[in-house]
Amino acid sequence: MATDKKLFKGLSRRDLLKTLGGIPLFGVIWSAGANFSAKAKRERNLLLETLNIKASAPPASGPLSGEPLRVGLIGFGIRGEQLMRSLGFATNEWLEQMAKSSAENPNDKRLEDFKAQENLNVKLTAICDIFDAQAEKALASFNSNGNTCKRYRTHLDLINSGEVDAVIIATPDHWHAPMAIDAINAGLHVYLEKPMTHTIQETYDLRDVCRKNPNIKLAVGHQHRQTQSFLTAQDAIAKNTLGHVSLVVTTTNRNDDNGAWQYDIHPDASTDTIDWDAFLGTAPKIPFNAEHFFRWRKWWAYGSGLSGDLLTHDYDRINCVLKMGIPKYITASGGIYTHRDGRNVPDVMQINMDFPDFSTGTSQEPGKEKGMTLVYSATLGNQFERGTLLMGHDATMELGNMLTIHADPRSTKYAELIKENKIDPMVPIYQYDPSANGVDAVTSATAKYFANKGLLWTYRDGKRVDSTFLHIREWMSCIRNGGEPSCGINEGFEEAIAAHMGGLSYKIGRRIEWDHENEKIIALPGEDLDAILLNNDIT
Amino acid sequence: MSLTFQFTKAQTFSLVLLRILIGWHFLYEGVIKVYSPSWSAKGYLLSATYMESFFQWLASESMISIVDTLNIGALLLIGFGLIIGFKTKWAIILGIGLLILYYLAHPPFPGYPQGPSEGSYWIVNKNLIEAAALLVLYMFPTETSFGLARLFSKSQPETPNP
Ligand SMILES: NC(=O)c1ccc[n+]([C@@H]2O[C@H](COP(=O)([O-])OP(=O)(O)OC[C@H]3O[C@@H](n4cnc5c(N)ncnc54)[C@H](O)[C@@H]3O)[C@@H](O)[C@H]2O)c1
Repeated sequence: MATDKKLFKGLSRRDLLKTLGGIPLFGVIWSAGANFSAKAKRERNLLLETLNIKASAPPASGPLSGEPLRVGLIGFGIRGEQLMRSLGFATNEWLEQMAKSSAENPNDKRLEDFKAQENLNVKLTAICDIFDAQAEKALASFNSNGNTCKRYRTHLDLINSGEVDAVIIATPDHWHAPMAIDAINAGLHVYLEKPMTHTIQETYDLRDVCRKNPNIKLAVGHQHRQTQSFLTAQDAIAKNTLGHVSLVVTTTNRNDDNGAWQYDIHPDASTDTIDWDAFLGTAPKIPFNAEHFFRWRKWWAYGSGLSGDLLTHDYDRINCVLKMGIPKYITASGGIYTHRDGRNVPDVMQINMDFPDFSTGTSQEPGKEKGMTLVYSATLGNQFERGTLLMGHDATMELGNMLTIHADPRSTKYAELIKENKIDPMVPIYQYDPSANGVDAVTSATAKYFANKGLLWTYRDGKRVDSTFLHIREWMSCIRNGGEPSCGINEGFEEAIAAHMGGLSYKIGRRIEWDHENEKIIALPGEDLDAILLNNDIT
Repeated sequence: MSLTFQFTKAQTFSLVLLRILIGWHFLYEGVIKVYSPSWSAKGYLLSATYMESFFQWLASESMISIVDTLNIGALLLIGFGLIIGFKTKWAIILGIGLLILYYLAHPPFPGYPQGPSEGSYWIVNKNLIEAAALLVLYMFPTETSFGLARLFSKSQPETPNP
């Protein structure tokens, strides 16, 4: 104080004010900022404590030690190549292309990520593809680094070769169940691409085979089950954050030829290079048709368009979070409105699934709320991102790689907090962004579409990870260490039946009903549902 | 450069007011960030629409925590200097530098994507105006009229009336 006195000696009170006047102002502004932050934090913490949602990652799958697992691949097409990369095997062509692309764009980390991927301790011993160009491409790339890979002409040759312990099946849909059944009967573990089956009967047959071979691990290719935010979503549902969810809306929004399955036709495609009869399998016998071979998703004979190709992902995503099972009723509508190019599957499709007895919980008087509709709304003629919404009486959840929850202004549960201005319905009450430590360089609109559905990557500890890799890893861990894959036969059964009911309703134009007790889709007398589903003549 | 000015009382008052308001703005921005530990400039930098590689470098894993700390530190120092009236020239230079960086990361140039903002801008936006206002304060210093610097100024110039 004494020094102060000396320093300020000779200053009048007026001078003092002019010298030190800024200090109290500084203090006032600082404490205003500190108070504001503390209050915001208090309210935030109170809200988070009230909500009590646990943000957690799915449990990591177990060790993959021991002898390498011998894997065979059936179907080395677009998906087959992706699956092989997740398994640790990239083609020379892809490696070259990625090296070039990362040289041009340092943000392109695909090659780096691939090289950093954990070794799954597998040998890719066998490959079966009925198109020579694809099979030869595989042989040229996968017979190196100590791996020997042999080509088999038919899937049965591969399955019975004695060279494989497990198979990955990535053929067109109409081959899924027949190949999976053959493999399981031969004692092989199976990773089967979605949709699990192409017909209703196959769905039961595959389940029967799995029940007879309980030690065989079947995983269905819904890799988004590995999405980090889904477990958090499950916890939010379990804590009744949303109240009674009466409506779920999920969408497909695409507006390009690739998104409408207009894939390239390989210049070498001919009856000399393609085993056409092997492609057709049980499909109607027609002369060689390269378009059918490469764009098979456009015809009911081999694929099932939106309901089989894309609805299945969305249905399983919601089923993973809500576990609502097979809907009691399905009504569908749509048509071929955007790609009138000879296809016979719809390109605009709306599927309403009703679950009259399902509830996620309630915040109102007992008995007032029960039942939910899931709307799958798809167009291949517009790519405005409509997202996925779970709409409850108390709050709305937006579900993607990120998870956002907004309170509903008319919520019962949050009424008090909204009145006290502690919740603003315009501001999320909860947001979970597993990528908070990194922002992704998403390459294209289509990539963004897939990424938002958890189909391309998810996050572990803030790092981006390929979801297919995690899904395959989980399957391999189940094979080695026991346990059940997150998308096994029961989840696959529900996925397939829901998709087939959607296709049937579209084709018949009638509400399709599921008999839960007898586990049957209800048919009218004399109606052969599979014949209707497969009918390839209708347009 | 010799800067001797003779301001009217009203002129001094206006300049001091401008200095305090800008200081207030910087200080409050800094304080809020100090008290929100999860705050980071990363998103702002990564979404830069101009000189992207520079700003993305600032946002990179190895840089971002330094950048965040420096940014908060600078905001507080500038706020402190301008309000207290101490080393205001240094505070002003720092402030102009910071504002130019903010400006360049998302400049309202014609043809450049304009993110969500509360107004409409063409070439000129509030960051640029605030930087220009700081330039004025640099040219017309007032810290010896109002501020701690009074203590250290030998002549104790009481702003003379003309
Ligand atoms: N999980 C996902 O995200 C995802 C993504 C894309 C595709 N898929 C699924 O993967 C499967 C394959 O799709 P795609 O886009 O790779 O198709 P594709 O037409 O590119 O590839 C299919 C491959 O299977 C081969 N094939 C056909 N019949 C065969 C037979 N009888 N025996 C052996 N090989 C045969 C073809 O020659 C072709 O190379 C589909 O069921 C699709 O639904 C899943």
